[in-house]
Amino acid sequence: MPKPLRILIWLAVAILGALAVATIALHRGEQINAMWLVVAAFCSYALGYRFYSKFIAAKVLALDGQRATPAERLDNGRDFVPTNKWVVFGHHFAAIAGPGPLVGPVLAAQFGYLPGTLWVLAGAVFGGCVQDFVILLFSVRRDGKSLTEMAREEGGRLGGVVAYVAIISIIVILLAVAALIVVNALKASPWGAFTIAMTIPIALLMGLYLRRLRPGKVLEVSVLGFILVMLAIWGGQWASQTPSVAQWFTLSAPTLAILIIVYGFAASALPVWLLLTPRDYLSTFVKLGTITLLALGIIALHPTLHMPPLTRFIDGSGPVFAGKVFPFAFITIACGAISGFHALISSGTTPKLIRREIETRMVGYGAMMAESMVAIMATIAACVLQPGIYFAINSPAGIVGKAPAAAVATISNWGFPVTAAEMQSLAHAVGEQTLYNRTGGAPAFAVGMAHIFSNSLGGQALMALWYHFAIMFEALFILTVLDAGTRVGRFMLQDALGHAWKPLGRTSWYPSILATSALIVCAWGYFLWQGVKDPLGGINSLWPLFGIANQLLATVALCVATTIIIKMGKARYAGVMLAPLVWLVSVTFTASWHKMFDPNPRIGFLAHARQLTSSAGPSHELSRLIFNDRLDTFVTGILICMVALILMESAWEWARVLSGHKAARVKEVPFVPTRFAEEQG
Amino acid sequence: MIRMRQIIGILVSALREIFDESAYARFLSRTQLPPSREAYAVFRREQEAMKVHGLRCC
Repeated sequence: MPKPLRILIWLAVAILGALAVATIALHRGEQINAMWLVVAAFCSYALGYRFYSKFIAAKVLALDGQRATPAERLDNGRDFVPTNKWVVFGHHFAAIAGPGPLVGPVLAAQFGYLPGTLWVLAGAVFGGCVQDFVILLFSVRRDGKSLTEMAREEGGRLGGVVAYVAIISIIVILLAVAALIVVNALKASPWGAFTIAMTIPIALLMGLYLRRLRPGKVLEVSVLGFILVMLAIWGGQWASQTPSVAQWFTLSAPTLAILIIVYGFAASALPVWLLLTPRDYLSTFVKLGTITLLALGIIALHPTLHMPPLTRFIDGSGPVFAGKVFPFAFITIACGAISGFHALISSGTTPKLIRREIETRMVGYGAMMAESMVAIMATIAACVLQPGIYFAINSPAGIVGKAPAAAVATISNWGFPVTAAEMQSLAHAVGEQTLYNRTGGAPAFAVGMAHIFSNSLGGQALMALWYHFAIMFEALFILTVLDAGTRVGRFMLQDALGHAWKPLGRTSWYPSILATSALIVCAWGYFLWQGVKDPLGGINSLWPLFGIANQLLATVALCVATTIIIKMGKARYAGVMLAPLVWLVSVTFTASWHKMFDPNPRIGFLAHARQLTSSAGPSHELSRLIFNDRLDTFVTGILICMVALILMESAWEWARVLSGHKAARVKEVPFVPTRFAEEQG
Repeated sequence: MIRMRQIIGILVSALREIFDESAYARFLSRTQLPPSREAYAVFRREQEAMKVHGLRCC
């Protein structure tokens, strides 16, 4: 293509992107079409990929098309396998796309569609995509080493310890909050509970099919499993309308929490691959299919956003979670903008599959762009709902009241009109008894998704089926994260305890498996129980903790990357990592400070504990709530101390290298020429 | 037409990688085992032993 034409095309993309961003940012008083968000996202990603990632690849990282990757040099047909870049892209995307980019933007929609959208776009282009790309490349240049190993080697022992603590914390809090989302989505929902229960025999059947009938034919059995799940969703309607069956599947939040805790322990401690592996495949199959369907649905329907760009809750008084737009919007949306957890995937399986170093740009930067697009779709799904309905679903009973009349009156008084009749009619349309106080984001996302799907395919008659399809998709997805996360947490704990007493580190020694599984499950189970019993719905306390832990891990990743860039002699380009690092540190510190010490009891844990202490006489329940507040303060304090420690250690290392007191030596493996050099990059 | 076939081919390869079908094929080629229930059971045990396998993001 001639150069002038290329320049014209990119100029047109830039102008269109600027127009779209201006439209979503400056429009007031009128509703806008969701396609503006899609256009803004596409243009931002295209420009970010073409110019910013290319600059990083060429100037900062100096990607070398002649250098052999570990997949080529250590090819063993097992974990090191040179793989086509598009295949690695798909594999990497399937691993990084979890419930986070769906739930975070739905919760942050309480501020309006604008803060979340701008953060998702800017956060991804300048933060998340860069982090994933850079960590992936550095891992590739170190034979696929993990983030913890790189932190220890390049930063120091403290960096390794902090990365380890951050990973364990994030796993525990993530699993608790993920389980809470499932509990809130399935409580008092016989249809949803029946469908999820049915995935157990379906997965077992898939396992038997894989083991006995057609070993290794996973795609085939996933299609079969998907058909059976669709039948289970259809059967769920029958179950919910048959009183004798419905009573078995109408479960309270505490009952669901206990069932999930038992499930998590069994998944980690028992040899149940016959159940878990097929469920994992089924969940991935449904996930990829649903994300594709949602994208097509949004394009086909191009719905209008009913949520205003900014709501009154940017002042911190929001019912979904308390806290001002800064910093809370930025820790509520992690995956989709920047997520520390991605650094684990980028330094896990993916670097061992990369065939050519130059492909890290497309896989690392590109897959995160796709994940960010999922977050934009989730924002759209939440914002197509009437704001009154959104708040009625997402507000806890402790804020709006338990009775429908009280809830709609409170929400209407906020300026978001909604009636009890509307809510009843919506609940009826989606096959639920009630949609009030369904905190956690999943039900609101499911209603939005059902709205988009039913308006593009099948009409209102299928609204209930689409709603329960969405609930099933999210719950299945989250339960898979739950069992895989518990197992990974157990492995990590065994690794650490193995240093103290060798048998504890053996992953085949059953007493160790049972003990470490119990420890991990008790840790997240405690937070889950705390969330279930919390009168404010649990999400208010747990989601910010999760966001802080996730951003702590991103801080570790960005510190490691900055250290390596400085040691590479590219200190003049360190701003590429330092800019998102400074932003994340300011967000994490401010949010943590508010969560611990804010005088508003809805925000600050200690203020809430003080309010409880002074509000009533002593009782067991009250003492437990006060203890939980203090525990949350302690956990937040530990996390923030970790951020401070890793920053100080990194800054010390940077100062020593830059002042010449320490040799700038990176620990890359030596250059070996690749045999794939002739291939087109 | 050829381009379309290439795209479908890559899509199928990506799905086979995501769903471990390619990993199983590589396992069979590496171990020289014929495809069977027993071989698949050994493959599954090997997969389970890989600690980072199945790590899913939030």
